[in-house]
Amino acid sequence: MTDDIPAKGPYTLNRRKLLAAMATIPALGMLGSSRVFAQDTSTAAVNTTGLAITDTEVTVGILHSVTGTMAISETGSVQAEILAIEQINALGGVLGRQIKYIQEDGASDWPTFAEKAKKLLVQDKVASVMGCWTSASRKAVLPVFEQYNGMLYYPTFYEGLEESPNVIYTGQEATQQILAGIDWVVDTKGAKSFYLLGSDYIWPRTSNKIARKHIEMKGLKVVGEEYYPLEHTQFNSVINKIKLTKPDVIYAIVVGGSNVAFYKQLNAAGIDLTKEAPLLLTISVTEDEVLGIGGENIVGAYAAMKYFQSLENDNNKAFVEAFKARWGDGIVIGDVTQAAYLGPWLWKAAVEKAGSFDVDKVREASPDIELTTAPEGYVKVHENHHLWSKLRIGHARLDGQYDVVYETADLMEPDPFPEGYQ
Amino acid sequence: MIGDYTYDQFFSILAMQGFAGLILFSVFVLMALGLAIIFGQMGVINMAHGEFMILGAYVTWGVSLFVTSFAPALFPIYFFFAMALAFCASFTLGVFVEWAMIRHLYRRPLDTLLATWGLSLILQQTYRSVFGAREVGVSLPDWMMGSLPLTDIIEVPINGLFVMALTTIIAVAVALLMYKSRWGKQVRAVTQNRVMAGAVGIDTKRVDRMTFGLGCGIAGIAGSAFTMIGSTGPTAGQLYIVDTFLVVVFGGAGSLIGTIASAFAISQAQSTMEFFLSGSMAKVLTLLTVVGILMLRPQGLFTLKIRR
Repeated sequence: MTDDIPAKGPYTLNRRKLLAAMATIPALGMLGSSRVFAQDTSTAAVNTTGLAITDTEVTVGILHSVTGTMAISETGSVQAEILAIEQINALGGVLGRQIKYIQEDGASDWPTFAEKAKKLLVQDKVASVMGCWTSASRKAVLPVFEQYNGMLYYPTFYEGLEESPNVIYTGQEATQQILAGIDWVVDTKGAKSFYLLGSDYIWPRTSNKIARKHIEMKGLKVVGEEYYPLEHTQFNSVINKIKLTKPDVIYAIVVGGSNVAFYKQLNAAGIDLTKEAPLLLTISVTEDEVLGIGGENIVGAYAAMKYFQSLENDNNKAFVEAFKARWGDGIVIGDVTQAAYLGPWLWKAAVEKAGSFDVDKVREASPDIELTTAPEGYVKVHENHHLWSKLRIGHARLDGQYDVVYETADLMEPDPFPEGYQ
Repeated sequence: MIGDYTYDQFFSILAMQGFAGLILFSVFVLMALGLAIIFGQMGVINMAHGEFMILGAYVTWGVSLFVTSFAPALFPIYFFFAMALAFCASFTLGVFVEWAMIRHLYRRPLDTLLATWGLSLILQQTYRSVFGAREVGVSLPDWMMGSLPLTDIIEVPINGLFVMALTTIIAVAVALLMYKSRWGKQVRAVTQNRVMAGAVGIDTKRVDRMTFGLGCGIAGIAGSAFTMIGSTGPTAGQLYIVDTFLVVVFGGAGSLIGTIASAFAISQAQSTMEFFLSGSMAKVLTLLTVVGILMLRPQGLFTLKIRR
């Protein structure tokens, strides 16, 4: 069960893994714009700002925590980004150059993230960085990326209220995850009252604020709103409150180790989620988290995400197969892991559209970039640097996977500064 | 009517919160006992206490995997072996750590603080390298999950009862060991006057080593039990460490009764306030009260008179 990720340095493919990566090529071949330009791809032409690019290689950075508290969550993102880079290389790279990556460890420490970001941009002169996970780490590196004009591909669903020219947000901002989920539970389950619960930091608080506005605008009731410190492990009191207020829906945004404690104690307190009385809707439990919680403790809950491992389409089938071939059969893939996988592909598409690695040109080319081969289906970059994406509702199974029971008909527009919700 | 609740509901609240408080109390005692023994008897501040707990949790996880693949018939009772093994593993590691590190630092309490903190980081990264950065799920036998419904609102979680029973057994066992056994007498003698104890023929080094090992072993059992209510991951030990220190310091170092009394006070205060306020506010108020009381009574609730 070890996740042996090399801490640093270029990764060399071994043959078996290369074959595994090649297996997905047919599906990925159609990716993005495979237009053949009669363009000048000499290094002098595609790199006018002194990035670490040679005639055969381009260097990018991967910046996640592989040690410390956040390693539990960020491991999947690192694996996805490495897989995407290897697959791109197997297809011939970007503008004829193989991608070499330098991996730095943010060590779950926000100042370390900023320091490592600076090292990647200033010393290594990487063309782009895939990285960060928590909002705190993103906020820590943001000034660095803006000062040295780097490009960050950020994978996590987050609270919104940000739109940096130096970041492409490949996860959902809050409204994409929340509004349609609440609409669904109201329309199909007839929910009338909600209990909002979260860990006490910016993402759950902002998200619940949006959720509360949306619920109240529908004329429905929020019967309780509670926040617990991040390291909290005792949820018996709040479970008692839930039992007394008898909401139709528990809307849970608990994260980290608390998450495990919450679901275990909910189950132990005799709340059987499969009975849907109350029903539980969460936006913080992906397949990754279920590993720790245990399927038997969360079976019957609903999660609102844009991606589930069980999603049925050809892109996803190839992706899951390649991911397991590369990182082992027992592995699970959550929403953020998939979003992290999109990063290198979106960057490749933008570079090819721009015909240049220059950050300014990549930024200019980014809006309207499409991926038809994303595991979640079709995605497109919005002018505000977020992705158009669908929302899906998953129903937790005993084996730790989700059944997709609903998906929005249309792509949802990202709206990081939702009016009327702040 | 009291507030928004009817009398019937209000008494249900009292009953349920009473249970919730008792469960929290057991959890606090269980996690603090090991630390209290080490801190109280030896004056060593063991910052790696949480990691010894997680060692117990990982042992439990390992046993559950082993039993499901090789002896599924034993699954309903595997938890008891797991706890015994967890104790052995943490005890052994504790004895080794005492031998390799702690015994060189007895006269330097601040250095033990740093050294054990370093040890906790080393252990965390070791778990991460060995077991992976992701959390592991420990599956429990069916009889340990779910709850006993008393009325239609009041339900008692079975794992809560289990923790309560376990805590009682271990607390009684530790009390007997400390106050009724020959070994306990030696430990207390060493605590009260190390030089004199040595002079009458007690092997103080051996007593130290066993005391440290015992404290760590109890932490291992606690970790094993907490797989029922919490998470098992490389850094999960950090979730418990603050509350553990709070209980031990508030209770007064060196006093088992103090530890139990402070666990009771803190857990009841917290679970009552959690019900009427929000979770974060309850925590803030609990900590403020503890700080206030410690300002008036720096030695903690109960103290032992010992010769330094």
